[in-house]
Amino acid sequence: MIPSGDYIRILPEIVLSIFGMLVMVIDPLLGENDDRKSIGVVSAIGALLALGATFIMAGHPGEAFYNILRVDDFAVFFHVVVILIALACILMSFEYLKVQEIRQGEYYGLILFGTVGMCLMSSAIELVMLFVAIEISSISTYILAGFRRRAAESAESSLKYFLLGSFATAFFLYGIALMYGATGSTNVDAIAAALRQGTPVMAYLAIALMMVGLGFKVAAAPFQVWTPDVYEGAPAPVVALMSTGPKAAAFAVLLRVLFGTAAPGWFWAVWIAAALSMTIGNFGALVQTNVKRMLAYSSIAHAGYLLVAFIAVRNMEQGVSAAMFYTAAYAAMNVGAFAVVSHFASAGEKYVSIEDYAGLGRRSPVLAAVLTVFLLSLIGIPITGGFFAKFYVFRAAVSSNLIWLTVIGLVNSAIGSYYYLRLLVMMYMKEPQSEESVPSVPFAAGFAMAGCVVATLYLGVFPNRVLQFAIESARTLVH
Amino acid sequence: MVPLSWYLLLSAFLFASGVAGFLIRRNIITIFMSIELMLNGVNLAFIAFATVRHSLNGNVFVFFVMVVAAAEAAVGLAIIIAVYRTRETLNVDRVNLLKL
Repeated sequence: MIPSGDYIRILPEIVLSIFGMLVMVIDPLLGENDDRKSIGVVSAIGALLALGATFIMAGHPGEAFYNILRVDDFAVFFHVVVILIALACILMSFEYLKVQEIRQGEYYGLILFGTVGMCLMSSAIELVMLFVAIEISSISTYILAGFRRRAAESAESSLKYFLLGSFATAFFLYGIALMYGATGSTNVDAIAAALRQGTPVMAYLAIALMMVGLGFKVAAAPFQVWTPDVYEGAPAPVVALMSTGPKAAAFAVLLRVLFGTAAPGWFWAVWIAAALSMTIGNFGALVQTNVKRMLAYSSIAHAGYLLVAFIAVRNMEQGVSAAMFYTAAYAAMNVGAFAVVSHFASAGEKYVSIEDYAGLGRRSPVLAAVLTVFLLSLIGIPITGGFFAKFYVFRAAVSSNLIWLTVIGLVNSAIGSYYYLRLLVMMYMKEPQSEESVPSVPFAAGFAMAGCVVATLYLGVFPNRVLQFAIESARTLVH
Repeated sequence: MVPLSWYLLLSAFLFASGVAGFLIRRNIITIFMSIELMLNGVNLAFIAFATVRHSLNGNVFVFFVMVVAAAEAAVGLAIIIAVYRTRETLNVDRVNLLKL
């Protein structure tokens, strides 16, 4: 008999699933020519209710469903981050879908279902659940990537994401199989207990394979090749979602798997992945002419910075909390940047090259100002969330004596600021190429952008509350 | 009784042929089948471990893998059809609008 308290521990997931199904039922009931905005509104309400459900869930920490899930501060943190990301993406899609003439019902349904997967990823402590959760989120995003069905780029992006994503999943699964063979269990806690007794060789192999799989999901080098292609072809609001949501959730999984199981022998692997991701991401971004590709490379670089926090093993709490803070700050600024990109792109995603942004400061001062905030945050300028995110990560690295990695990271931040600044220069110091007026930002998308600006600045001015919460959650994760 | 290591070797071989197929083959459908082959290698490893350890976890895991693989196949084939409609080819080398 399953105690009813268990259902409260998956309340956000239940709410999201119900609304996902509701959205898909409403869609065919509407007439062919009816305004489908109501579907978007319903899904936004669903996301809001899920956020409320998360706070109810937070009041009932503990295990659920025979140790399959664990609700702790760590899970609550990632639930909030992921659901807010989904909400912002839903809001910015209202106008985008109309402009691009994309069918709406399934779109919102898939965003909500994908969010269910991401939420479960952060609370699963049983590898079976983890695997199913990863697949729920992945399969939803595969489809979403191909939603501009008539555009060849979108279908191609979806195909590449699908093939490489399933390839990575197979590696992750093989890792689980070997871990099961080595320890006799698929539960994170039981694995940790078994690994404390001694480490069979097979466990090292298992950890390596699982890290290959998760490396793909977080787009860390050397498994990053798919990122630019997929981000370039996928619809912009979907990129906003998949560059932050599944990534945040995959980092949560990585934290749980590496720290929760007290896994051995990953120090140098993550060290090299971090250094490579930062370098490849930043150098790759330098030569891009497409904004979405540039932000894709930038997301690889940011995955690298985030991995630096993982290796700060001497003070695990500091490292884990820095990683969590980074995920939140990165989500705020990247979703915001893509909100601007998706609004500016217009029908058929015409305007996505960096030259198109010339003179945006004059053509649409507000849009330019909003994008400026996000770009400055991505660089890591003080009073934005990006600054404290980098600061905490490098502080954790220095306190663990990772001097070389810190140096590589700081050099990379300097290189990285070049391409963000190039876009800023383009917006404010170049003559506009066309006098065509930029369409004004509609309410929903504007609300999403404003929310991201507020979140970015809040994390930059008052980082303490979020960081304190992250430190407490890290404590529950690292025993 | 066949020793565990033989099963593991076979599962590693299946997985490795899947990886090789994924990297070498150029037809999208064949690439997709290679991924299924990798998953079957994983399933074999699960079953072998479950039998040796007399625990059901591995067997249950295999069911989940099969269900998810079916869902993946449904979505994957739909995506392949979408690509074929826009490009009229199933050769990955010619699906190259986005530079790699």
